[in-house]
Amino acid sequence: MRKAYQNYSAVLFLAAALVASSCTSGKSRQEGDGSKDSAQTRQASTLTIKGSDTMVILAQNWAEAFMKANPGKVVQVSGGGSGTGLAALINGTADLANASRPIKDKEREQLRKRRNAEAQEFRVALDSLAVYVPASNKIESLTTPQLKSIFRGQTTNWKDVGGEDKPIVLYSRENSSGTYAYFKEHVLEDEDFAATAQTLPGTAAVINAVSKDAGGIGYGGIAYAEGVRTVKVAPAGGQPVEPTMQNATSGKYPLSRFLNIYSAGEPSGIAKEYLDFVLSDDGQKIVEGVGYYPLPKEATPAAQ
Amino acid sequence: MTEQVLEGGERTRVAKTERRTGVRRRGAKSSLAGSFHTPLWHRVAERMIAILALAAVLAIALIFIFIAREAVPMFWEADFAEEVNIRDLFFAKEWRGYDEPVFIWQPVGEPAKFNVVPLFIGSLKVTLLAMLMSVPLGVGCAIFIALYAPRAVREVVKPVIELLAGIPSVVLGFFALMVLASWAQATFGFHFRLNAIVAAMGLALTIVPVVFTISEDAIQSVPGTLTEAALALGARKYQVALRVVLPAAIPGIAAGIVLGFGRAIGETMIVLMASGNAAIMELFDFSTSVRTVTATIAAELGEVAQGDPHWRVLFLLGVMLFAVTFVLNLLGDLFIQRLQKRLTAS
Repeated sequence: MRKAYQNYSAVLFLAAALVASSCTSGKSRQEGDGSKDSAQTRQASTLTIKGSDTMVILAQNWAEAFMKANPGKVVQVSGGGSGTGLAALINGTADLANASRPIKDKEREQLRKRRNAEAQEFRVALDSLAVYVPASNKIESLTTPQLKSIFRGQTTNWKDVGGEDKPIVLYSRENSSGTYAYFKEHVLEDEDFAATAQTLPGTAAVINAVSKDAGGIGYGGIAYAEGVRTVKVAPAGGQPVEPTMQNATSGKYPLSRFLNIYSAGEPSGIAKEYLDFVLSDDGQKIVEGVGYYPLPKEATPAAQ
Repeated sequence: MTEQVLEGGERTRVAKTERRTGVRRRGAKSSLAGSFHTPLWHRVAERMIAILALAAVLAIALIFIFIAREAVPMFWEADFAEEVNIRDLFFAKEWRGYDEPVFIWQPVGEPAKFNVVPLFIGSLKVTLLAMLMSVPLGVGCAIFIALYAPRAVREVVKPVIELLAGIPSVVLGFFALMVLASWAQATFGFHFRLNAIVAAMGLALTIVPVVFTISEDAIQSVPGTLTEAALALGARKYQVALRVVLPAAIPGIAAGIVLGFGRAIGETMIVLMASGNAAIMELFDFSTSVRTVTATIAAELGEVAQGDPHWRVLFLLGVMLFAVTFVLNLLGDLFIQRLQKRLTAS
């Protein structure tokens, strides 16, 4: 009797394990196949877009509106980071890449080598990179040199930058993130983040963590800034500036940047239709709805 | 057992008596298989099972070859040598902008710094801690369920613990990230909200059922005659448990621990979500954030272009992780075999 029961439970256990493993592998396979399909057979009605986590909500909204306006056409959007999107563009598993940072020369060259195509850049929106602290932190503003020193790990207490006596806890993004790359380039001047910076997947995760951590500081897209305070940022030797639309478009805010879409070669077919839609007035209205800033009027036809 | 007229039934009964008495029946042939006619489909089935078993071995070998093939070109590729010095993967170096030699993992930047040491330290720290939490818990639970618990309790608790093994790790990671981390920080006042301890707690939830299930089976399969003999000699129940049953079940328990270890070091989702992923070079402080090998591969492999130095290093991490688990499993197996030999020889 007991033996039989044991066998039975072993079989059950095995079955559960099998189901669990087949579930996970099945899911990833599906995803893999999906993206490969669309790139290789290049169905005329499906567009695969991959890239920046900062842009993923924006891109999903664009995709929805675009699909509503063009029945029968499918746009698939996924995140993963700007580097992920550009790598997918290079490897041929995506048609367009969302990137919150400019493409690197190395990536341009890889694209040339792998797909024999020139990377085309389209500026599609404007974003201010906000610096977040928890709502309980009363600090008003930080200068970019202070930010650099904080994220390099050289300033470790809030009292050194005019706050309370409390150790600073750093929150950063995964290194595949465009936001990470932008921050590293513009604030850290290409030096390394402190090893103690916790890296989290996605701006939403950073905001969630900062809001729960009294000593925390993080950075991310302006559209996500809910539940935390954004700090004014002063350029070296300048006045503190708030990350508002005006300051971003005028270029006063030191951490504003363009959000880009990249294609391999001149876009055609559905990719071109999508890009036209994104740059149209309707498309730019969506940008505002999501919380980023539409392109300044004169910069709209900004294909490089 | 009901009377069986089949040849097979006769055979099992012979084997059973032999096992039970430890003495071969006089006249029984040394090779029983030869004395019966085996139906064709039995032989076919046996072959098929053998092939399936070999397929598993083959699959493992192929997986290893695949990841090694992506990593190994780093030793001769000019592209790789241009960007990365292989020595810097394992040893500290004084990089520009640092005032002492450091072990750091900063794969994006100029120059990219790929030092695998902090990642392996991270993996080992989390694994060790998770094992420290889950082995006493799992084994203790197994002893209680197998030897002490009343039948009703056993029939509820055992399936529930085994069910724990079926919870997707992403759910456990989520739980660790949102609930355990806040609780731990509020209670212990950690500087890092997400740290090795929180990740290990999440991880322990997946390892406990592994250790428990196998240990419990091992304890159950200790022959009842041993317990009865000990009791008959006047031993107390706890003496029987600690001095008779547990030693006899040790090889099985050790097997459970080895399996749990493999699960812990290979687990990705929980550590990715709950460990903070900061590659800090810190050996002894378990309240710091850690970045494990598995989380690094999961977080970064999607980003890199194929054939890039970063790509090769990530595959090297895979190869090294494979090797570490393989060697540790092997050592565990050898240890278990020695234990078994010692226990059965006397």
